[in-house]
Amino acid sequence: MFGSYLPILVHFVVVVVVAGAIMGLSAWVGVKRPSREKLSPYECGITPVGDARGRFSISFYLVGMLFILFDVEIAFLFPWAVVYRSLGWFGFIEMFLYIVILLAGYLYIWKKGALDWTR
Amino acid sequence: MAPLFYIFAVLAILAALSVVLQRTPVYSALSLIVVLCSLAVVYLLLGAEFLAVIQVIIYAGAIMVLFVLVIMLLNARQETPSDRSRLARWLGAPLLLVFLGELLFAVWERFPAATTRAAALPDAGPRAVGALLFRSYVLPFEVTSILILVAVLGAVVLAKKRL
Repeated sequence: MFGSYLPILVHFVVVVVVAGAIMGLSAWVGVKRPSREKLSPYECGITPVGDARGRFSISFYLVGMLFILFDVEIAFLFPWAVVYRSLGWFGFIEMFLYIVILLAGYLYIWKKGALDWTR
Repeated sequence: MAPLFYIFAVLAILAALSVVLQRTPVYSALSLIVVLCSLAVVYLLLGAEFLAVIQVIIYAGAIMVLFVLVIMLLNARQETPSDRSRLARWLGAPLLLVFLGELLFAVWERFPAATTRAAALPDAGPRAVGALLFRSYVLPFEVTSILILVAVLGAVVLAKKRL
């Protein structure tokens, strides 16, 4: 059973080794001549202004919450997809209803402009 | 299997300690992701494939977004040590040891080593879960969509300035 997950384990090991090698080598081989400019946080080349912990727009919250809700929806699609064939039309109509109900929610979000950043 | 279990169990415990001990909230949140992913591997080793995937999609994905949003919106800075009460300082560690001992004893009594095998568990793969969910529990599944719909409306009504 676990054998089919072996590629993920191999991938995980490769990720750890490569990331560790990159960070370890640059720490070991790299020349370090720190200066005030070099140690300042990098913000796309622009001089940083103030603390990163300012007040954030509520739009982030809205997008985050909507992501969570539709993520939960996706979680139900996953067990459905593996038994889809054995369920036949019954399964199709079942999921169709489910998606249609959630589509109403999506249309509501769209209509209210909740995903529109400037409103 | 056993070495993998020990690697990820130890990783989960270390990351959990990091969650508690970090002073910066974002570091705690990152450590929590490591805890959740390590637990997903442990579930996978127990044969609970569906639970493992859900752990990654819902917990490490969605719930973590919620935590990060709370950190952002509450404007959480570096944690300042509180004035610990004298009682908590002297009684905390012994009570913790008593509690852990109790827990260990209970688990030991309840589940002898011979029965804690993955083979004793029922099939918890996505196929089995899907067959149950879409055949026997159709109505609860459909009602879930209405629950999510209500949550969508709630999120928009709460966060939108003008509807």
